[in-house]
This record gives sequence, structure tokens and C-alpha cells, in this order.
Amino acid sequence: MYAALWRALPGPRWLKVLEALVLLAGVVAFCFLWLFPRIEPLMPFSQTTVDTGTSTSQSPSQSPSQSPSPSPSGSPS
Amino acid sequence: MTRRALRAQARADARVARGWSVVGIVGELLVTAGLLLMLFVAWQLWWTDVEAGRTVDHEVTTLRHSFDVGQAPDPKAPDGLIEGETFALLHIPRLGADWVYPIKQGTDLSILSGGLGHYVETAPPGEVGNFAVAGHRTTWGRPFHDIETMVEGDRIVVETGATWEVYAVTSHEIVSPYAVEVIAPVPDQPGEAPTKAMLTLTTCHPKFSAEQRYIVHAELLETRTREEGLPASVLAPPSAAFATTGAL
Repeated sequence: MYAALWRALPGPRWLKVLEALVLLAGVVAFCFLWLFPRIEPLMPFSQTTVDTGTSTSQSPSQSPSQSPSPSPSGSPS
Repeated sequence: MTRRALRAQARADARVARGWSVVGIVGELLVTAGLLLMLFVAWQLWWTDVEAGRTVDHEVTTLRHSFDVGQAPDPKAPDGLIEGETFALLHIPRLGADWVYPIKQGTDLSILSGGLGHYVETAPPGEVGNFAVAGHRTTWGRPFHDIETMVEGDRIVVETGATWEVYAVTSHEIVSPYAVEVIAPVPDQPGEAPTKAMLTLTTCHPKFSAEQRYIVHAELLETRTREEGLPASVLAPPSAAFATTGAL
């Protein structure tokens, strides 16, 4: 896979090295700026709020009659 | 060797080569997956701090300027705040003499990536009820990384356009992520009518986990207007902090 990619890069060796670095930087930028921020909500590392989760998984300790509901609706856990 | 034997040998060689190249591709895919996971860890633990640091610095500067010119949003305004709007600064001397973070309206992940978030349905700062604020512990600038060092009596100061609200820590608890009663108007007593002005901080616990939440409750000590000002001693780190770091 990587060998085929190396063969597909045009130009002399120094140019191939340069092209490979540019490709790598592109992949890292894509991950940092687009992919990872979209994966993060599915991971446990950054969840800091309390909420009722999905409506089916409410904590049993919760009173059903809270007048001013403290649940921050719409927040991702 | 006969020609037929040579052809058979060539076919066998090609099969073996194909088999090895499949193994090679699978191996390279596994290596790639491993590298991507390491990259994700680097992003989560390092890059999010870089991004959050920039945003927080900018938000704090901008809001201080709004305070100076008297154009900061009023969290007690009856029509409320816009989601994502920065309206106050939080000071926790125990976490550092210059520990200051912007508080924004709302607790979406996108809001918490640049400061602290106010649970929209809880009370505004300084008012009777529970002013509840969420913040990250290990990522995105990790404002609440050392929250477990806070003890009863520690000051928590909310700075708004009009006032300084000085709270003192009353208790902490570790609860399930679904324990919304901790941000009820009377903490842990949902449905009760509030008589005190409380403040509640929520963050994740243990570090790097979504298993539980670390909660700190505080009660309002006093409200000072901007004209009255705030004694510098209130924002000085508590002396116990010096004792633990051995600076005194």
C-alpha cells in the first residue's frame, strides 16, 4: 500500500519525500480540524455535565415532580 | 524442466506472492489504525488545550473590555442570554491567583471547548436558586483539572458587568452522570423552593472517564457592586495552598 503510493509519486527522490510530507500534513490537518472534533462526542474523555441522558435512561433517584426542571435539554451528556 | 512444469511453478509463485501482499496490506492497515489512534490522543490531550487556550484568552480580554465600557451582557436580564454568549468571568483563587475563565450560556460541547458553560435552566449568578456551571477536567484547557483540591470555605468569585458575587464552598460530592438533582434550585432536593443563592460546578470524574461527575456546591456570601470593588485579598490564593506547595 505505502510502497505503491511511493511508486505513484512523480519526480526524483527529493521531490517524492516533499510530496509525502505534504500528504502527511494534509492527513493530520484533516484529522485535527474535521474528523476528531466529530468523533469526540462519542468518547468519554470530555463529558462534564449532568443530564437525564436519553429519556429512557433516567436515574431512578430522580423525582418526577421537579417544577423548574433542572435538566439542560439538548446538551450532549 | 519441461515447459509445463515451468508454467506450474510460475503459477505457484504468483499465488504465494499474492498471499504475501494480502498479509502486507493488512499489516499496513493495522499500523495505520494504530497511528491514527495515537494521533487522536495527541489531538485530545494537546491540541484541544492549544485551541482552548487561544479562545479563552481572547474571550477574557474581550469581556474585560466590555466590562470597562459597560456593555457586557446582563445575566439577570428578563429576556435572558443568547446561547453561547459570554457573560461572566469565574475566579477560583484555590486553583491559582490568575485562574480566570469565561462563563458562556449553555453546556454544549462546542461551548465548553472555549471556557465554562452555564446550565441554561439554572439561576443567574447571585440570585436565589442554583447558578450551575460545567467545565472540562482533562481536555480543552482543563479548567477544573484540580477541582478536588478545593475545600470547604474556599472562595469562588463570579465577576459580571455589574457585580462581584462571592461564594464560599459548602460541600462536594461524586455522583452519576444522570444525577441532575445536583443542579436543582435546592441542590439534591429537586422540587424544593429555593431560599439561598447557591453555585454548583460540575466536571467529569475520575479524570479521563465518563463514569461519574465531580460536583462542588457553594453558597453566596456577599454581592459587591463594581463601584464598591473587591478587596484583593479575596482573589489571593488561600494560605493552605502555600502550605501544600511549601512556598511559605
